[in-house]
Amino acid sequence: MARQRSMRRRVTITALAWLAGFIVFFPILWMILTSFKTELEAFSTPPSFLFFDWTLENYGIVQERSNYLRYAMNSVIIAFGSTLLALLIAVPAAWAMAFAPTKRTKDLLLWMLSTKMMPAVGALIPIYLLFRDSGLLDSHVGMVGILLLINLPIVIWMLFTYFKEIPGEILEAARMDGATLWREIVYVLAPMAVPGIASTLLLNVILAWNESFWTLNLTTSKAAPLTAFIASYSSPEGLFWAKLSAASTMAIAPILILGWFSQRQLVRGLTFGAVK
Amino acid sequence: MGEIILRNVTKSFGDVTVIPSIDLDIGDGEFVVFVGPSGCGKSTLLRLIAGLEDTTGGEIRIDGLDVAHTPPSKRGLSMVFQSYALYPHMSVRNNIAFGLKMAGEPKEVIDQKVAKAAQTLNLTPYLDRKPRQLSGGQRQRVAIGRAIVREPKAFLFDEPLSNLDAALRVQMRLEIMQLHQSLSTTMIYVTHDQVEAMTMADKIVVLNAGRVEQVGSPVDLYNHPVNLFVAGFIGSPKMNFITGKLADRYRAKTVGIRPEHVKLGDSADAVKGTVRLAEHLGSDTFIHVDVPDVGSLNVRVPGQHDAQPNSPISLVLDPAKLHRFDDSGLSIRT
Repeated sequence: MARQRSMRRRVTITALAWLAGFIVFFPILWMILTSFKTELEAFSTPPSFLFFDWTLENYGIVQERSNYLRYAMNSVIIAFGSTLLALLIAVPAAWAMAFAPTKRTKDLLLWMLSTKMMPAVGALIPIYLLFRDSGLLDSHVGMVGILLLINLPIVIWMLFTYFKEIPGEILEAARMDGATLWREIVYVLAPMAVPGIASTLLLNVILAWNESFWTLNLTTSKAAPLTAFIASYSSPEGLFWAKLSAASTMAIAPILILGWFSQRQLVRGLTFGAVK
Repeated sequence: MGEIILRNVTKSFGDVTVIPSIDLDIGDGEFVVFVGPSGCGKSTLLRLIAGLEDTTGGEIRIDGLDVAHTPPSKRGLSMVFQSYALYPHMSVRNNIAFGLKMAGEPKEVIDQKVAKAAQTLNLTPYLDRKPRQLSGGQRQRVAIGRAIVREPKAFLFDEPLSNLDAALRVQMRLEIMQLHQSLSTTMIYVTHDQVEAMTMADKIVVLNAGRVEQVGSPVDLYNHPVNLFVAGFIGSPKMNFITGKLADRYRAKTVGIRPEHVKLGDSADAVKGTVRLAEHLGSDTFIHVDVPDVGSLNVRVPGQHDAQPNSPISLVLDPAKLHRFDDSGLSIRT
């Protein structure tokens, strides 16, 4: 009797989880489906779900009209560049905060996080002017720099939480074994923190890949990433749903595939420390 | 060589002074145990010697050289931690070899030294395992192996046995003592367990609230504690303390007598009491006796004794073995 009830419970929970997953995934699914419709069908009411004339013409047009590969390359440079640089700064910073904290460390962490609470638009004008005057507008260096600064607090926070889980005595043992600070980080801390560093890297590549506020406002063509590529399909002459969907699908495809293959790592990263 | 001398060593964390001022001489090859209740500063003192904490003031001289501002990696000391602190991502072999690699020793020398240490510590079959695949005792041996291959000036042990079960603890205690005999390197050992301190040490340093209460050989501390704290801390079971009329009779504020120095029997100055309970260890019997005007006395009777609760009992305190203490708790020597 009790077993039957727990079985029913499990079925219900599983069904609910699938439903929730479907709801979350639906916009992406709809976007992918729309990208295979004609513009006319994309607008039709009631919308057709699966039974329409599947077509690849949107992808053809999008590829003809704009250079997808260049945008994608820019996205790769900006997303990976900013994340790798952020890690280079964040690993020592998080090390210091986790293993050599002072009275002010907590305040510092909160202060860093507070920068994420300000709406980005509040800093747009000064940053735009700074970028303009120093010739950084629409440049890779400028975009890597701005995304690095935006994501640095999150990278430091994530690494700090991972490092906190590593017993300090192990690092002290390395020090007693004659390791210098640099060797202690390279041979002992980093290998132990590999899962944490990997999921931080993944999450921040995804964040940087999808970042659209700064990329849209500070780039035009040379350094424009895939977010700008998508935006170019919402034109003043009206929205082209099917083409916009095709462009969006192409833009998220690489990161979706990366996310798919690393989902275990990502989930571990996001729930790390929450459950022991 | 491994002579360590502390002069006016102080340590404060912010406004809190943990170690007011300590002077201590540790001779080359000595086995010194820091013992005291938790929070007495013994681990902090060890970490100051190791260099894992910075001193607030004073000198730490290793073989004549002041190392108070030298990083731990340059002090030439090895440490064994309570949690073992093995590198979890490295094999036992690499754990032991790490210090040698950091010192830039050639590979053949490393292999040779690791093999020798592994043999000494019975770790040869486990060299390619990861620490998580080992038992507590084996992990402790790896930690010791890691310490000995570096041939340090001194070994520092921070409560290394407290994570082990009782039987293993006794065994590892013997192994560490044997290691000290064969290496004759200076060892500083921190523990809160006075039995470990008594059995292992050449010299015991009793610490309380960051101060050295007494330094001496185990037997010296047992026979001649300088104050109430040391008297109560060294020896198991604890020394009995008596105040009041009985203490007055010996012209002291407090008199102390160890359980093994209270005899059963009747005489003119015997004290009468009632048995509260008896602990039977086989080799000894500990009888807890309630004595009117004196309080509770613990009596150690060799062998087996059939003491029944609530039965009357008569005790003789050996006057030659009495310890007398004055108002401030200091020992009165005659």
